[in-house]
Amino acid sequence: MIKKCLKAFYIGLILLVLYAPILLLAVYSFNEVDTLGPMGEFSLKHYAKLFGDPAILEMIANTVVLALVAAALSTILGTAGAIGMFYSKRRTRNLMNGVNQIPVINAEIVTALALAITFVAIGVGKSYFTLVVGHMVLCTPFVVLSVLPKLKQMDHSLYEAALDLGASPMKALFKVVLPEIIPGIISGFMLAVTLSLDDYIITSYCKPSTFSTISTYVYNATMKGNVHTAETLSSFWALTTIIFVIILIVTLAANLTGRKHEKKEVKG
Amino acid sequence: MAEHIIELKNVVKYYDDTLVIDDVSFYVNKGEFITFLGPSGCGKTTTLRMIAGFDLPTSGQILLNGKDISLLPPNKRPVNTVFQRYALFPHLNVFENVAFGLRCKKVVNTYENDKGEQYKKKEKLSKKEIADKVKKALTLVDLEGFEKRAVSTLSGGQQQRVAIARAIVNEPEILLLDEPLGALDLKMRKEMQIELKEMHRRLGITFIYVTHDQEEALTMSDTIVVMADGVVQQIGTPKGIYDEPANAFVADFIGESNIINGTVVGPRKVRFCGRDFVCVDDFELNEKVDVVVRPEDIEMCAPESGMLKGEVISVVFKGIHYEITVKVGKFEFIVQSTQSRQVGDVIGMNIAPDAIHLMPQKHNTNLFDGVITKHNTVEFAEGEFDCDVTQLYPGSHLDEEEYLITKEGEKLDLTGTEVRVEVSPNDITISDDENAGGTMGNIISMIYKGDHYRLIVRTPEEEEDFVLATPDLWNENDYVSVIIPKDKIKLTLKPAEEKR
Repeated sequence: MIKKCLKAFYIGLILLVLYAPILLLAVYSFNEVDTLGPMGEFSLKHYAKLFGDPAILEMIANTVVLALVAAALSTILGTAGAIGMFYSKRRTRNLMNGVNQIPVINAEIVTALALAITFVAIGVGKSYFTLVVGHMVLCTPFVVLSVLPKLKQMDHSLYEAALDLGASPMKALFKVVLPEIIPGIISGFMLAVTLSLDDYIITSYCKPSTFSTISTYVYNATMKGNVHTAETLSSFWALTTIIFVIILIVTLAANLTGRKHEKKEVKG
Repeated sequence: MAEHIIELKNVVKYYDDTLVIDDVSFYVNKGEFITFLGPSGCGKTTTLRMIAGFDLPTSGQILLNGKDISLLPPNKRPVNTVFQRYALFPHLNVFENVAFGLRCKKVVNTYENDKGEQYKKKEKLSKKEIADKVKKALTLVDLEGFEKRAVSTLSGGQQQRVAIARAIVNEPEILLLDEPLGALDLKMRKEMQIELKEMHRRLGITFIYVTHDQEEALTMSDTIVVMADGVVQQIGTPKGIYDEPANAFVADFIGESNIINGTVVGPRKVRFCGRDFVCVDDFELNEKVDVVVRPEDIEMCAPESGMLKGEVISVVFKGIHYEITVKVGKFEFIVQSTQSRQVGDVIGMNIAPDAIHLMPQKHNTNLFDGVITKHNTVEFAEGEFDCDVTQLYPGSHLDEEEYLITKEGEKLDLTGTEVRVEVSPNDITISDDENAGGTMGNIISMIYKGDHYRLIVRTPEEEEDFVLATPDLWNENDYVSVIIPKDKIKLTLKPAEEKR
C-alpha cells in the first residue's frame, strides 16, 4: 500500500515539475494582472489583446505559413531523398545515411552560422527565400529519418510486383510505394512543422530583419533593456496557452486514433 | 518441334563481384510446365528474376519468341510473376489488386470515322472490361465474392490465390512462380499443387516454377532444370532425372539414393563393395565412377541367395514403406521396402542391372594454380602449405640456405615460381582448429557415399574448391581449415607458355 502511494507520489512529482511552468502561465493568462506576482480577478483581457493586435496576428500568420511552406518542401525533398537512398547500392546508402545524420546531431548554431556565412559568400541577401532554405535544411533530415523505416518495413517485392504488372517506374512509385510509406511521410511532415514552428536559432540567422516569427519576437521581447513593456509580453501568456492546448489536442487525437487503428488491425 | 518461347543463351550474372549464374543456356517450350529446382543460393531465383526483368544478365542473351529481351524493363515484358510472399498491395482490396495490371494496360482499338476510314487509337480498358476480366480471374481461383475484402483479412492460401489471379488476369505468355507455395502448410501445399497443375492445363500458357522442394518439382513439372552453384546440372523430365541422374549431386538432391564409389571392370560391368555387378551403362575400362542405386530398387532376399550380404542396423517405419539400413562390410545401404526386418537380421540383397546407374566422377582430384614463396612453401587457394619443392626438378636437393640445387649443380631461387598443385581427395583432412591447416573454407556440399562422405570445401574469397573424402559427419556451411600433409602435395612446373 505504502509502496503504491510512493509510486503515485513519485510520478505526480515528475509530472508536476514537467507541467507546472506551463500551467502557471495558463493560469496567469486568464488573470487581469500584467506581471507575475499577486493574482487578481479572472479576465480574458490578454486574449482580447492578443487577437486585437494586428502586429501579433501577422507574426503568428508568418510563423504558421513559414512552417507549412518549409515543412511541405522538406517533406517532398526528404521523401524523394529517402526513396533514392533506399534503392541505392549499399555503399551509397550508408554514405547518404551518414551525411543525413550530421545535421541532426550537429549543434543547430553551427548549421545556422554556416548557412548565414554561405548566403553571404554566394551573395544572396537575407530574404524569405533564405529563411525557407534554412528551415528546409533543418527539417529535411528528420523527414528522411521518419520515411526510411517505413520503406524498410515495406515488402521489397511490392515495387517489383507493380512493374511486373505493367506499371511504369513512376506509376509504381505513386500507386504502390507512396501509399505504403504515407504514414512515415505524414509523421515526417508533422515533425517538420513542429521543428519549424519553434525554431529560433536558424530563423534569427536567416530571416530578413523586418520579418518576425513567434520565437524571434518573444525572444527579442524578453531581452533585457527592450522597449517592449510587460503589458505586451503578457499577451504571450495567452498565446503560449493556446499553442499548448492545440498541441495537447493534436497529440491526444493522434494517440487515440493510433490506438483505434491498432485495435482494428488486431481484429483483422 | 515445339516452339521455344524462352531461350537463355550463355547467361552470366554477377552481383557486384560474386558470380551467381555461370554460363547458363537452356530453352523452354511453349505451353510447358518447367521447374527450376535446386538448393537455396543455387541461382534458380536469379534466373527467374532475369526472365521477369528484375535483374539484368551481366552477359548473354534472353530470347522471348526469338527476340532479344535481355535488357527490356519488366513492365514491357509479356510475363507475370507470382511472388514468394505474394507481394499483394496492402492498401488495395482484392478487386483493385487483381485490376492493377489491367489499369496499367493500353490496348489498340480500331475505329471508323464518318468518311469510312479506319483509324487506330490506344485506349485504356473500359470499366466494364476490367470488371469482367477480374471476375473471370477470381472465378478461376475460386474467390468469387471476395472483391471488396481487404487483403490483410485473407488467409495465406487465399492471398496466394489472389496473387495468382492478379498475374493471370493480364493473360501473360509466361507465368513465373517463385516458390509460391513455400509459406503454406503441407496439406494446403498439396492441394495448391494439384490446383496449379490444373490451372496450367486450362490456361495453356507456359509456367516457369521455382522450388527447392524436389517432390513438388517431380509432381508438377513437364521438365525440370536442376541447378546448383549457378550452373545447370541436368535438364530432363521428372522420370528421366530420377532414373538417370547426371551426377552425384543430382542423385543426392532428387530422391533418396545410395551413392558409392565404383570402378568399371569390363563392358557393362562395375565393381563396388568388393563384388562385380552387371549394369546397363557403358564406361571406359578402369574408370572411377559414382554408382547410384535407389533404395526402392534394392530387393531383399535370403542371405545365401543375394548378391550382397549384410546386417540390418536400423529399421524406420515411414508410413507406406520401411526404411532399412543395412551394413555390408564397411558400406551402409538404405533399402525401402514394404516388408519389415528386425535389427540384427542378416539379409541378402539383389540389385537388377537396370537399377545400377553409373555416373562419371566429376571431382576425383584437386588442381590449383600456386606460387612458391621464399620459404619454399606453396601458396594457393588463399593459403600457404608446406611442400617438397625438390620434386619440381628430379634429382635436386636443397642446400643449407634453402636454395635448390639441381642435378646439374645449378643453384636456383624458386621464389615466385608458378606451379600446378595437385592433391588427391583422400589426402586432405579438415579440422575445426583454425590454425591446423594451410587455408580455411566453408563446406558447400556433402554427399554420403556408403562408407564415407564426399565434401566440397570452398575458400571464401577466391572460391577455390577442395574435394575430399572423410569418414566423419560434418555440417554444410561449417567453416573448417584444410590440412594437407607435406608429402601429399604434388607440384609440377607450369609450362612456359602459360606463364603470365
